[in-house]
Amino acid sequence: MDPVGPVAAAEKQILINSTAIMLAIIIPTMIATVAVAFWFRRGNTKAEYRPDWEYSGAIELVVWAIPILTITLLGGIAWIGSHNLEPSRPLTSPNKPINVQVVSLDWKWLFIYPDQHVATVNQLIVPAGTPINFQLTSATVWNTFFVPQMGSMIYTMPRMTTRLNLQADRQGVFPGRSAHFSGDGFPGMEFNVRAVAPQQFAAWAQSARGAGPVLDGRNYAALAKPSSYVKPMSYSNVAPGLFEAIVAGRAPPTPQLPHNPQAEGPAG
Amino acid sequence: MSPVFGKLTWAAIPVHEPIALATSVVVILAIAGMGIWITANKWWPYLWHEYITSCDHKRIGIMYIVLGLVMFVRGFADAIMMRAHQYLAVGEGPGYLAPEHYNQIFSAHGTIMIFFVAMPLVIGFMNFVVPLQLGVRDVAFPTLNNVSFWLNASGALLVNVSLFVGEFARTGWLAFPPLSEKMFSPGVGVDYYLVALQISGVGTVLTGVNFVTTILKIRAPGMSYFRMPVFCWTSLASNLLIIAAFPVLTVTLALLMLDRYLGFHFFTNDGGGNSMLYMNLIWVWGHPEVYILVLPAFGIYSEVAATFSGKPLFGYRSMVFATMVICIVSFTVWLHHFFTMGAGADVNAVFGIASMIIGVPTGVKIYNWLFTMYGGRVRFNVPVYYLLGFMLLFVGGGLTGVLLAIPPVDFVVHNSLFLVAHFHHVIIPGVVFAIFAGYHYWFPKAFGFTLDERLGKAGFWCWFVGFNLAFMPSYLLGFWGGTRRMQHISDPSWKPWLAVELVGAFFIAAALAITVWQLLYSIRTREQRRDLTGDPWDGRTLEWLTLSPPPHYNFAVLPDVHGEEAYWHRKQLAIEREELIPEPNYQPIEMPVNTPTGVIVAFFSSLCGFAIIWYIWWLAILGVVGAFAVFVWYAWRDEHEHIIPIEEVIANARERRRIRMDALHTVSQST
Amino acid sequence: MTTEAATIGMTHSGSEDTGLGHRGPESKSIVVPYGFWLFVLSDIVLFSALFATYASLVHATDYGPTTNQLFSRTTAAWETAALLLSTFVCGLALIAAKRRNMMWTQVWLVATGLFGLIFLIFELREFVEFIESGAGPQRSAFLSSFFTLVGCHGAHVTAGLMWLGTMMAQIWAKGFREHILRRLLCFTIFWHALDIIWVAIFTIVYLIGTLP
Repeated sequence: MDPVGPVAAAEKQILINSTAIMLAIIIPTMIATVAVAFWFRRGNTKAEYRPDWEYSGAIELVVWAIPILTITLLGGIAWIGSHNLEPSRPLTSPNKPINVQVVSLDWKWLFIYPDQHVATVNQLIVPAGTPINFQLTSATVWNTFFVPQMGSMIYTMPRMTTRLNLQADRQGVFPGRSAHFSGDGFPGMEFNVRAVAPQQFAAWAQSARGAGPVLDGRNYAALAKPSSYVKPMSYSNVAPGLFEAIVAGRAPPTPQLPHNPQAEGPAG
Repeated sequence: MSPVFGKLTWAAIPVHEPIALATSVVVILAIAGMGIWITANKWWPYLWHEYITSCDHKRIGIMYIVLGLVMFVRGFADAIMMRAHQYLAVGEGPGYLAPEHYNQIFSAHGTIMIFFVAMPLVIGFMNFVVPLQLGVRDVAFPTLNNVSFWLNASGALLVNVSLFVGEFARTGWLAFPPLSEKMFSPGVGVDYYLVALQISGVGTVLTGVNFVTTILKIRAPGMSYFRMPVFCWTSLASNLLIIAAFPVLTVTLALLMLDRYLGFHFFTNDGGGNSMLYMNLIWVWGHPEVYILVLPAFGIYSEVAATFSGKPLFGYRSMVFATMVICIVSFTVWLHHFFTMGAGADVNAVFGIASMIIGVPTGVKIYNWLFTMYGGRVRFNVPVYYLLGFMLLFVGGGLTGVLLAIPPVDFVVHNSLFLVAHFHHVIIPGVVFAIFAGYHYWFPKAFGFTLDERLGKAGFWCWFVGFNLAFMPSYLLGFWGGTRRMQHISDPSWKPWLAVELVGAFFIAAALAITVWQLLYSIRTREQRRDLTGDPWDGRTLEWLTLSPPPHYNFAVLPDVHGEEAYWHRKQLAIEREELIPEPNYQPIEMPVNTPTGVIVAFFSSLCGFAIIWYIWWLAILGVVGAFAVFVWYAWRDEHEHIIPIEEVIANARERRRIRMDALHTVSQST
Repeated sequence: MTTEAATIGMTHSGSEDTGLGHRGPESKSIVVPYGFWLFVLSDIVLFSALFATYASLVHATDYGPTTNQLFSRTTAAWETAALLLSTFVCGLALIAAKRRNMMWTQVWLVATGLFGLIFLIFELREFVEFIESGAGPQRSAFLSSFFTLVGCHGAHVTAGLMWLGTMMAQIWAKGFREHILRRLLCFTIFWHALDIIWVAIFTIVYLIGTLP
């Protein structure tokens, strides 16, 4: 893993620390397993045969204590980590966060920038070093918004809004995708996050406002039709309240999948 | 849609999908071929009387295990198809499976492996072993036992029928909505999934009731709770979990069926439905389910460790306590399957910590097995290979499990190949190795001869190497952002790793092939490895008291139990005194009669299930009526038991005593 | 080998007999009802899942009818009375059966069935009334969960009535044999359990649902 943001970096650290703590216990255990089995093999006459030895209070104490202590330590890490890295918790930063609204469709990603009044498909352009405050939903079925190098993922669910806060510390292109199976076009839900210098971001937003179609109701309905491996594109303007309308279920869901010969029957 | 055939048309047969069509043809020919072979050899009457209508727990156990092993082949075929396709389809590669097909395959793989391989195998072992270890003749409700098996088989049948009539679900092994709702999955696939699992689920709950009653109420005289073998304790815990968890699965699947069939709004996007509710309900069942599988596996390891070390199990009471703790705590951790749903830090942390707590008793068990071998004389038979392989590998799987239990870590590896590696890492060394250990360990008891050791060890090594190759790279791929259920992977740099995993899959294929070959070879050369005494491993529990295979009624007289390890105690006494205990008072024995109720009820269930899937309502009603009619007909019978005459009991018992006396003389002459 | 057997009788220091298991396998008159209670327990788990679903979805009315608008305490009261009476006479039937009194057994069993049927009629009328007024199970998640929870209980009552009919025919045809009496006992356990579930439904669905 190659973290580019504070969230991913913290998560990587927790992962490494926890693994190290546990390896310290299990590697000796694995060695002991092989050693004991080999030493006490039937052919080894040097090993002492103790056919009645089946209990030892001291050993029980140790054997329960080791896992309990380990778990106590890791439990503390889990408690603190869960609170520090809670997805909905805003990141501490001197810079003001930008807001992005994310909608997972079948089978592509729509990113709405409510403050810049533009939207993109399968491409997320953000200023580096700036926290991003995500509000996420789905127009159809569950997906997961996931940019591995930036850290935490979160489910996108229809009629619900989830929240996530991430940041890219440096510039670059970082792949993202959906990590929750959502149907036949699922593998095509890949997108790129491009973290650029803040001035470049402003410039991009400006230029996007000038070119490309408007994301109004009709164009949204067209976008919502099932398609996969969609090439990145952008919209020059976004109908106000579009995200809220999608969450409330007032925007077209269009679940028309390719014709399935076994799909006859009463409509659900 | 027609009133006679519902949704069923000729288009349901996959003539345009070469792979499905070819597989279907092969399977149908294989089944037909088996049928012809059995008929030509005139084996139907034997099979009907000795197995199909049998209420004998030993026969039912064998049938479960056969079902599980056959379905293992199907589930593994799905796996190797997936691995091969993923390897071929990396980057710009073409692959050979379209998404619609690939998605059915991974859904079928998971569903079959959990519900129709692992469950039947584990239940099969519990069936065969528990009454013998408890020193009794059968389970509490033998006819119900038969019905349970056939309902499970009915579910397995329906899943396989989906291969050549219609399609299977494309929604993963748990069919999450909204994807599994009618709106997004209008075909029959999800319906096959739901109906098959509902039918087999009923069978499983009945098994749970049967075994809890048996273990708590039907044991040999003198066998108090703390004199039961550990395998019986773990079976008790597993069956308590079945009773407590499977009804939740029944409800959850039923609610989804109501959404799909009658337009209800439990999990739909509209009407106020809440798909998060499904997540919660299904995992409230799903997490205990994995403990239902792994606890009896731990029990098998306990038996193997003690027997092949020549020592009692270390820390018996601690093991029992650990088992029951796992049983209870397994109900408190379900949310760790969806930390990324956004429940908030407090909720996530609490469930994460609870999930780690389960690691404690499991760790204790590992150490207890270690100390069982310590001070023992370990015999390196095949079951011990699997035990050691388990002990080495499972702790790694447990480690990754605790990692996943830390919410911020899960935030980056949820639903990834890291997760896939983790659960295979615990299930294969945990459950699958235990099944192979148990298979080698109890095979002679069931059939009267041992399996070939050399081939068994070869099979183990293929599993060990194959498992590591097939799944360790996935941890890495998961760290690099690899997600599960991907029909197409776009990063070409992963191709070498996928190649390694494919090689691993071939090793596992070799392991399965060796297992089949080992069985055939062992049957052919069985005279060289006859189990004459009934105690080929110098066992410690009561099943080794009987001859191999045991008589229908297990014990001529139920053994008196005087301490832990009832049989070992008795055996040592006999060796010391160089004589067996005095002949007991023989009586004629009442045993349940055979009955075709199970197979007929299953027949009607399959019919009804198929009809529901295809919307053929008249046939569904017929199925229900038929099942009820069979129930009433069964309830009307007057003869529940037949009597085994005292002459037969005495003859068998004296034959056993004669063999045991001979063995005793051999033992005393060799020292 | 004999050296391994040196400590016969002293091998297991910690294994005092710690309780049950002296007698060997229990008799069928204990085992059968015990097993049936376990089955009833699994059924109660089933209903718990339905209750949990109901509790989660009770407010998901999708701007449709709510509990206060729909439920009538009077109907629920009549249903409760019918079911409780049914259970009471069921108990009387079991007493008569233990006394081997064919006539009274059948009379009380018929009464059990009749009261059960009255319960079902009330329930079906309520369902039909809701559906006809646009408050059917397809209207909202709340209604789906109401119809499923209460309907599942009703389905269990229906299955129970079919079992009752079969039992009455069996007793008539075969008399008061051991295994038939055991089955009758299981039936009464089942019937009482349905009562317990109904009390929970009455409270959680109808009483709490009609609080102001």
